[in-house]
Amino acid sequence: MSASTENTENTEHTGNTENVTENTAYAAPAGLIRRTFRRRQARIGAVLTLVVVAVALLGPLLGPVLTGYAVDDFAGRPFRPDGLAGTDDLGRDVLTRFLAGGGPVLLYALAATAIGIIGGAVAGMLAGYSHSDGSRLDTLIMRGGDVLLSFPQLVLALLAVAVLGSSGLLLVLVIGITHIPRVARVARQATLSVVGQDYVLAARMYGVPRRRILATEVLPNITGPLMVELGLRLTYSIGYVASLSFLGLGVQPPAADWGLQINENRIALIIAPWGVLLPVLAIAVLTIGTNMITDALAKESADTTGEAA
Amino acid sequence: MTSTSPLTRLILKRLLVSVLVLLVVSLLIFGATLLLPGDPARAILGQQATPERVAALTEQLGLDRPAWERYLSWLGGVLTGDLGFSAATQGPVTELLGGRIAASALLLVLTAVISTPVALALGAWAAVRRGTRTDSALSGISLVLAALPEFVIGVLLVVLFATSVFQILPSVTIARPGEPVWARPDQLVLPVITLALVVIPYVIRMTRATLSEALDAGFVEMARLKGMPERTVLLRHAVPHTIGPVAQVIAMQLAWLAGGVVVVEFLFRYPGIGQALIDAVANRDVQVVQAITLIIAAFYVLVNLAADVAGILADPRIRTSGGVAQ
Repeated sequence: MSASTENTENTEHTGNTENVTENTAYAAPAGLIRRTFRRRQARIGAVLTLVVVAVALLGPLLGPVLTGYAVDDFAGRPFRPDGLAGTDDLGRDVLTRFLAGGGPVLLYALAATAIGIIGGAVAGMLAGYSHSDGSRLDTLIMRGGDVLLSFPQLVLALLAVAVLGSSGLLLVLVIGITHIPRVARVARQATLSVVGQDYVLAARMYGVPRRRILATEVLPNITGPLMVELGLRLTYSIGYVASLSFLGLGVQPPAADWGLQINENRIALIIAPWGVLLPVLAIAVLTIGTNMITDALAKESADTTGEAA
Repeated sequence: MTSTSPLTRLILKRLLVSVLVLLVVSLLIFGATLLLPGDPARAILGQQATPERVAALTEQLGLDRPAWERYLSWLGGVLTGDLGFSAATQGPVTELLGGRIAASALLLVLTAVISTPVALALGAWAAVRRGTRTDSALSGISLVLAALPEFVIGVLLVVLFATSVFQILPSVTIARPGEPVWARPDQLVLPVITLALVVIPYVIRMTRATLSEALDAGFVEMARLKGMPERTVLLRHAVPHTIGPVAQVIAMQLAWLAGGVVVVEFLFRYPGIGQALIDAVANRDVQVVQAITLIIAAFYVLVNLAADVAGILADPRIRTSGGVAQ
């Protein structure tokens, strides 16, 4: 039980990557997930996350039934307390648009996370594996990553939006790509602790090709840190997608979207607070939920040393 | 300090890497503008512009020259303090950014000065009391705060202190032209608290983790067994061990703040470079976007450099044996 390292796992840009100790074998993902959800914290996180996901998935169907308005219907004059949550800046029903607005954030955040994790895992494993050969590939990958790491993620996204204009695909790509070097650092460090193991050396001796060694020997043994990264990147992706829409540079009107809804209604926060509060609370609950699961995963993954179950 | 030269070499090497990274960053920022669809001069002037005006601006911006020539003259301009021409304000970028850089810097410095001691103290408190309720309460709060995007924290603070619950603080910054933001200190409160609340959890966690690692280490046990008072054990033996990693985290959080101010300035309509960046992106005022992203990236690289140098200087293994690590 290494209680001291567990909390550093979840910290962005932890400087001391040496915390990933040598000879650490990580448990199979199924076992890790099962043990993670034995923790109360992970279960609370899962409930919070599922509530918001359910709202996002069912909301578009339930909204019109509950309120009697379609997403783009005008319900009355702007910023009036009509209906359950009032009307928005154009006089549309706030509750209907809130229920309809969870889709883009979830979809874009998931896609960006997938790009970041897959790209980062591949780059990190290649770098870590070639480090042991002393080849240039390691240096090339990691230095290339350093350039992307010289921008705050949001600022790089803003640069891309300024040049190419905002679109869903661009948001997903730019947020996903900026995740890659961050994930790659973790994947490389985990790979380094695996490549020296006998089973990898044996596979190399038999002349197993690199891609097969990485896929069948290395990848299954670094799933612990990768799962933690997955949770962390998902939490950040939700934040970035929502932030960009909040800035008016992400999802564009007239789409229903939580970040955009906050942007549209914040001028009337005093007289019609629900147009801002509902999406803010949904994003808050969602990110808190995913972060609680991630933190539990990190603790469980850090505790898992020695033989894999 | 018998061998300073390997240490100096290590730091110089790190410095050289930073310079190279900055150079590539500038290439990337400049290269991005080559992706701009259509004719930049026409984009700036609008569709009604006469061909003569477009031609004149094309020549003024040097768009008829090859890309590498433009890059070199842009880079030369940046290094001599000429950041280009803003299409939106029809004036030099430096004029637009002058006061805004000071305003953003004020926000950063205030946040760092307030959040660092608070976070260090709370992190140390949690480490000393690890395993108790204080510890788990603190880590629970940090976990929640660390999850929230900065604008969510900002909006919740506005609701709490400026609009719906209490009305004691201004929710937006009102700056008359020519009046500096610090002329009304109360409007700095919410932006600074928002940024501080975003940064503090990370520093708490890092301080707690490194300090409890030190407190469980053999050398601290040794000091305790020699009969030293717990206070001396903590301050003389455990705390120095954590200076390197914690200095790094603080520097990294400062670097992070350079990006975080963008959203927070927009939320509070704070007249800094972050808000200027959002405006420029919305107007596709490319030279302003280039200038601000370069400034933020340069700050980011410099602070990370400072973090690494602090790490090198604080690590006795490197300090004494010289360049062994890495």
